[in-house]
Amino acid sequence: MSNWNTICKESDLTPGVGICALHQGQQVAIFKSQDGAALYAVSNFDPVGEANVMSRGLIGSTGDAVYVASPLYKERYNLETGECLDNEELSLKTFSVRAEEGAIQLLVDGEVIDINTGDKVA
Amino acid sequence: MSKQRIVVVGNGMVGHKFIDNLLEQGEGKDFEIVTCSEESRLAYDRVHLSAYFSGSTAADLALTSREYYQEKGVAYRLSDKVVEINAEEKYVVTECGHKEAYDKLVLATGSYPFVPPIPGNDQEHCLTYRTIDDLGMISASVKESKVGVVVGGGLLGLEAANALKAAGLETHVVEFAPRLMAVQLDEGGGKLLRRKIEDLGVQVHTEKATTEIVKGEECRYRMNFADGSFLETDMIVFSAGIRPQDELARKHDINVGERGGIEVDNYCRTSAQDIYAIGECALWGGRIFGLVAPGYTMAKVVAKHIVGDDKEMFLGADMSTKLKLLGVDVASIGDAHGQTEGAQSYTYNDEIEQVYKRLIVSADGKKVLGAVLVGDVEAYGGLLQMMLNDMDLPENPAALILPNTDGAETGLGADALPDTAQICSCYDVTKADIKEAIANGCTDMAGIKSATEASTGCGGCAALTKQVLDAELANLGYEVKTDICEHFAYSRKELADIVRVKKIKTFEELLESHGNGGSGCEVCKPAVGSILASFWNDYVLDDKLISLQDTNDIFLGNMQKDGTYSVVPRVPGGEITPEKLIVIGEVAKEFNLYTKVTGGQRIDLFGAQLHELPTIWKKLIDAGFETGHAYGKSLRTVKSCVGSTWCRYGVNDSVGFAIDLENRYKGLRAPHKIKFAVSGCTRECAEAQCKDIGVIATENGWNLYVCGNGGMRPRHGDLFATDLDNETLIKYVDRILMFYVRTADRLQRTSVWLENLEGGLDYLKEVVIEDKLGLGEELEAEMEANISNYQCEWKTTIENPEKLKRFQHFINSEETDSNLAYVEEREQRRPATKQERIEAVEVAS
Repeated sequence: MSNWNTICKESDLTPGVGICALHQGQQVAIFKSQDGAALYAVSNFDPVGEANVMSRGLIGSTGDAVYVASPLYKERYNLETGECLDNEELSLKTFSVRAEEGAIQLLVDGEVIDINTGDKVA
Repeated sequence: MSKQRIVVVGNGMVGHKFIDNLLEQGEGKDFEIVTCSEESRLAYDRVHLSAYFSGSTAADLALTSREYYQEKGVAYRLSDKVVEINAEEKYVVTECGHKEAYDKLVLATGSYPFVPPIPGNDQEHCLTYRTIDDLGMISASVKESKVGVVVGGGLLGLEAANALKAAGLETHVVEFAPRLMAVQLDEGGGKLLRRKIEDLGVQVHTEKATTEIVKGEECRYRMNFADGSFLETDMIVFSAGIRPQDELARKHDINVGERGGIEVDNYCRTSAQDIYAIGECALWGGRIFGLVAPGYTMAKVVAKHIVGDDKEMFLGADMSTKLKLLGVDVASIGDAHGQTEGAQSYTYNDEIEQVYKRLIVSADGKKVLGAVLVGDVEAYGGLLQMMLNDMDLPENPAALILPNTDGAETGLGADALPDTAQICSCYDVTKADIKEAIANGCTDMAGIKSATEASTGCGGCAALTKQVLDAELANLGYEVKTDICEHFAYSRKELADIVRVKKIKTFEELLESHGNGGSGCEVCKPAVGSILASFWNDYVLDDKLISLQDTNDIFLGNMQKDGTYSVVPRVPGGEITPEKLIVIGEVAKEFNLYTKVTGGQRIDLFGAQLHELPTIWKKLIDAGFETGHAYGKSLRTVKSCVGSTWCRYGVNDSVGFAIDLENRYKGLRAPHKIKFAVSGCTRECAEAQCKDIGVIATENGWNLYVCGNGGMRPRHGDLFATDLDNETLIKYVDRILMFYVRTADRLQRTSVWLENLEGGLDYLKEVVIEDKLGLGEELEAEMEANISNYQCEWKTTIENPEKLKRFQHFINSEETDSNLAYVEEREQRRPATKQERIEAVEVAS
């Protein structure tokens, strides 16, 4: 039994452009970095605009940090940590995401994973 | 204490300025202000009077309005001049017999044109040049004339000559003195000005004293001169100087000067109790000040004096001027004739380039006393400041007027000016004022203009203001940094040049060759996306371009606050068939879209979800609609009035031309959105003057206005060219827009772009009309390429199944966003507010 939820084909994801997945009843925004090397997943809900729009934000970088800017009011959120770069009281929930055999997968919550093997421990 | 009654005689520029100052100064104090004018309209801009001939209307020139005066409680009597003053009982009487009591009386009666006492000077086509009514009469006379003469080769005379020439008349200037502009220019300057003006086709006759005006043989009149020669003409405009309008003062024994003018002291008080005189009717220190800036200073001094502030005094004024006469730059500073004892001078005379400059310096060679500049007036600002601030000349004063051959700054830097130096004389803005504005956050010309009003009057100080701004920013350690963001060490303009010249087609290519590393951001990506679209106009959702697009462009719709989109089909010129209207209605009904008519004469449908967009657009495109680009930084709409096809007043087909323009420029991506409008007559129902490109029909073609906008900081468009045919207008618009696309900053509307453009409107005209940079054809070709690559992005998108994949809320589910909630209002739906959502949940549970 897999503890990863397959969302879509990897080819459905264009570098720099987000998509939105329905995952365990939650809306998750998934991004591939501009160079295609990294994947990110954060909550799709914009806490300022109070709408499900984060997957439609632009991604960018400042220094080493990669972020998504809200398409509504432009707050920037670090895609690794979910922290807002413009207001430290704000953050987005982050999700574990991976590309496995041409598929984009999100980790199913509530299970413990061995970080080395990716196998379910308990 | 009851209200103080202030009566202002005359509502010209200075009279009005005084009222404005008093309203400002007297904030909280109670005044009853009354103004009487013999003219039929309230104050207007006499300095730019000649603009009337290039298409400006009386309304354009107006400095105030009846509504403004009413709102401020200023009473006014028009076409009713004051004919009597009773200084004992303190009241005035008007021509109509109306009596106005006063506590303080301000005479701002201005001046009247001097008409030499020549027999025959009172005939029908012998006119003067002073008021809007005069201009109306000149316009009428010009229509019935082929030859026109201006008597007087001074500043106003040459302006009048320009007007006659522009109207297509064979134009002559007749001057009594041996040279043109005898007051401001020396012999060398006058000679060159004459040559330049004659090159333009205006014939100049100096040392001519007219003895009589009689019936002509070839023309309507013949002017006979004292030397036996004569000149035939159909009309004559007298502009032989002005005389102070001091009739009232003379009549009531208020002291006047020997040669006219109401004598005033340093507070502009006349010899009569509680009566002041300001502007061109006032005589201070034996001098009349025939410029508007000293008049404004007097107005301020009197307003302050009346509210009890006697710190400010009028202590004379500098009469230096810089202007463009018949397209020739002319400037005169201080003692232009070198009349100061021991004065010496440097002269530079370039007959090839037609430039004349003379610098007059003190006997010890240390100070500037004056200067005359013709053909090149760059040095004006610097020299004027040196004289006004009594600054020492540099080691080699000749360098101040020599041409700048090695590109280095000559003259003095703005840094050398003291804080008290007056930079803008129209609005009395000092260097300190500009520094303060900078300290408060202004970092560009547009900001300085709006904060201080500097260079918003005659504009003569624009170059100097910019120098002060740049020097101050540098002093404050502002690296005047124009980098667009951390990923590129270039301004938008530079990036546009790189993309254009190196033919770069993708963001990656640009980032790799010219970037600083990183992967771009929400600032540089859309900016580069826009630049790429402006020059290559490829499909914006192409795989290589899509990640650059701003939120709205990615889904070709405007995202609303709840994450849904609005849909705006293009309705060129605002013309739409009933069939198409029905289709819009049906689509709106089917998808339950909130429907509203926009300001740009089209229809906005709100509340479409991502997955609905392709179906909605399919239906619209099948009915013949195209995308309206309402989501893009691009051409939005060309608004029009109904024009000559239906309107009783229309003089040209504004709808037809608006449709042509909209179809030509639709899809053009630019640094910011662009709006046009076309009006079918001068009533201007399409409000073209507040658009980036405004077109107004005239009897002879179209007038073109540029760089206006509504929005947060409204700006009226500037008149760019008049009476154009369709082809020329399109050529100019091609050039203007492409030049804007090439040179503007990111998210800079045309209005701010023009305000920051060095050289401003004149420079833009030189680039576009005179093709000074030799770019004209290149710009047109770029526009043609853009137009030929046009595609309806929605049509391309719905024909491409791969692209349509993205138009669903979830990549892995058919479900839609459960967070959307609506309530009904005025029979349509709108997003529920937070409170309404909470209440809805409570009801449900």
